[in-house]
Amino acid sequence: MKQKKLFEVYQNNSVKISVRREWCKSCGICIEFCPKDVLVPDDQGKPIPENIDACIKCGLCELRCPDFAITVGGVEEKDE
Amino acid sequence: MKTIIDNYIRKEMFPNIWCPGCGNGIVLGAIIRAIDELKWDKNEIVAVSGIGCSSRITGYVDFCTMNTTHGRALPFATGIKMAKPDLKVIVVMGDGDCSAIGGNHFIHAARRNIDLTAIIINNMIYGMTGGQYSPLTPTGKFGSTAPYGNIDQTFDLAELATAAGASYVARGTVYNARQSSSLIKKALDKKGFSVVEIISDCPISYGKMNKMKSPVDMLKWIKDITVSKKVWEALSEEEKEGKLVTGEFVNIDRMDYSEKYKGIIKKAQEMGGNKQ
Amino acid sequence: MNNQKNIKLLQGNEACVEGALLSGVKFFAGYPITPSSEIAEGMAKKLPKIGGKFIQMEDEIASMAAVIGASMAGLKSLTATSGPGMCLKQENLGFAIINEIPCVVVNAQRGGPSTGLPTKPSQGDMMQARWGTHGDHPIIALAPSTVNEILTLTIKAFNFSEKYRTPVILLLDEVIAHMREKVEIPAPEDIEVINRKKPTVPPEEYLPFKPDEDGVPPMANFGEGYRYHITGLVHNYKGLPTSDSQEIDAFIRRLHNKIEKSIKDIIIIERYLLDDAKIALIAYGSVARAAERTVKLAREEGLKVGLLKLLTIWPFCSEEVNKLAQQVDLIIVPEMNLGQMVLEVERASRGKCRVVPYGRVDGELINPIEILGKIREEIKK
Ligand SMILES: Cc1ncc(C[n+]2csc(CCOP(=O)(O)OP(=O)(O)O)c2C)c(N)n1
Ligand code: SF4
Ligand code: SF4
Ligand code: SF4
Repeated sequence: MKQKKLFEVYQNNSVKISVRREWCKSCGICIEFCPKDVLVPDDQGKPIPENIDACIKCGLCELRCPDFAITVGGVEEKDE
Repeated sequence: MKTIIDNYIRKEMFPNIWCPGCGNGIVLGAIIRAIDELKWDKNEIVAVSGIGCSSRITGYVDFCTMNTTHGRALPFATGIKMAKPDLKVIVVMGDGDCSAIGGNHFIHAARRNIDLTAIIINNMIYGMTGGQYSPLTPTGKFGSTAPYGNIDQTFDLAELATAAGASYVARGTVYNARQSSSLIKKALDKKGFSVVEIISDCPISYGKMNKMKSPVDMLKWIKDITVSKKVWEALSEEEKEGKLVTGEFVNIDRMDYSEKYKGIIKKAQEMGGNKQ
Repeated sequence: MNNQKNIKLLQGNEACVEGALLSGVKFFAGYPITPSSEIAEGMAKKLPKIGGKFIQMEDEIASMAAVIGASMAGLKSLTATSGPGMCLKQENLGFAIINEIPCVVVNAQRGGPSTGLPTKPSQGDMMQARWGTHGDHPIIALAPSTVNEILTLTIKAFNFSEKYRTPVILLLDEVIAHMREKVEIPAPEDIEVINRKKPTVPPEEYLPFKPDEDGVPPMANFGEGYRYHITGLVHNYKGLPTSDSQEIDAFIRRLHNKIEKSIKDIIIIERYLLDDAKIALIAYGSVARAAERTVKLAREEGLKVGLLKLLTIWPFCSEEVNKLAQQVDLIIVPEMNLGQMVLEVERASRGKCRVVPYGRVDGELINPIEILGKIREEIKK
């Protein structure tokens, strides 16, 4: 199995999800509350965007991550 | 492109000391996002905190920062603001820090309407010291010093701040981090004493003692016990029991303390000249 | 130029206000308490006239915090209180010590413990001044004995606090705080006013707790482009918490050493008729006034008595006392407590002469005659 880097970037044509594995504490919040079930835990409980094509770039995973460990590129910031 | 992490976080202090899933980090994110939107100059921001897990926030942000003594962040901040009214002074406190040991300072800061923004991370427990009950632990819940259930009545911080005279009062949650960030932004932008209480999770102390094992369980619980103002108003008294209302409660314009003190300086100088 | 001396009849607490203003004080936070309230009242009136700020806080804990905050933002800051309030200030006093934040704290001593004797003098807080806040720490404490000295030592207190980056305690007592005496108010150009040294390096290179040669780090005020962290936790050069035992050790030792190194500058004492003395009195504050009178009376009787009057009580002038102990046969330590300074005197004397306490705790001043009586009694032994 490939050793994962401290900073992993996953992307498709429209979205780029970066996971700073070094800071991630595997709390599971991003995974559980993603509205589109984009994220799944790896063997250490850190998120992998297995379903990246379903991502709607809502940014909720990033906003709720207590450790600044997941960021979603191309998110359109909306203020409600 | 520089991210908010590059711009505002002292990266050498990361990863942070908090437990996995601790809400303090979510509030930290909400604060720096709000500041980023306001485009404030970092050199003009002072962040002051007391003691507790939540108060460690000041160590992580690249402003002038001060991690003071337990419960006393507001009077420290009052001195800073009086001395240099142009500085933007943000105060971060835990629920115990703000409402127990610092309770008196809290009501007096509100009474003076001094231009500070108080952000209270309410995890309903003393996190740092291992889960003793706080004035905001709900009645009937458990803490390490409430092994048979808490019999105390809780404070409603928002009502307390309102009654004491704050200019802005709001409540958000870590579950709804985006709303919290926008409430914080409005509070920061407000002249006078502004208060944002953020209902937060402490999975290690509160969660374990109250049968919520994971951060995810805790966030779900927070989602369940909080309702928006609109929903709240439609609830019966019975239904309101055990629930917390979120949103903005006070937003008024009143002259802040430093502005009023300028009037004192003017008066004193007119009366007695500049002589000692 | 006007060469006439500016002499005023001032109350002790008013002299403190004048001294503070001459030092450049710009901020006062306090909570009313007898016998210190006149300082707050004077500040409330005079600070806004010079664009300074006064605030009455909700208690002494908050006052101490506000003073530290204002000093961090660059203003010379003062607070004043008495015993019960001094107790409340202790925790944040420690915060100012560990973060090396200049400020001046006046304690107009009254009888204690607890509410004690609000309108009566005491010297019961000498050891509290030294050890009141927890942890191993240094402190500077000054103790005037005349109204004029209140003015000059208030200026000294501000200067020491700025120069050594430390809180300085000014210990008054109820008698001198409320006494009226003639005071010579110096012209501003005649007094030395010291301001904290600022960093000379740009913000990227600034290490807020890295000391210069003198053991004192330059201090950047908040809001001047230097962003850094202040914490009550033991910290490294950057100001960030550390658990490295070497860093901890070096830090705590430096806090002590920066004061110890400059002890010659900090210790202020007055020797009165000590050169040929065989008996020495050691006293400070209002007791030193009585002791001075005792010396005169004793000399009239042919007794070779002299006085060592302390204006700096902490750090303690151990070296001076040790020398004195080698010269005289007897040291008497009159103080308005049951033996605080005498412990230091005994320690410093190292058994070289007899050291005898003379304490009074009934709320009344020690008078010259009773000290003389004590001398007569002791020389018979
Ligand atoms: C004067 C004083 N008393 C007690 C403590 C111990 N203490 C440290 S943190 C804390 C409670 C913190 O709880 P809270 O303010 O709710 O913050 P949290 O840790 O939950 O974020 C206490 C009691 C202290 N540091 N200082
Ligand atoms: S941006 Fe939204 S949809 Fe995309 S992974 Fe994050 S939470 Fe899921
Ligand atoms: S929310 Fe953050 S810390 Fe938690 S699992 Fe996701 S990336 Fe990791
Ligand atoms: S004890 Fe609670 S509040 Fe403290 S870091 Fe852990 S989860 Fe957060």
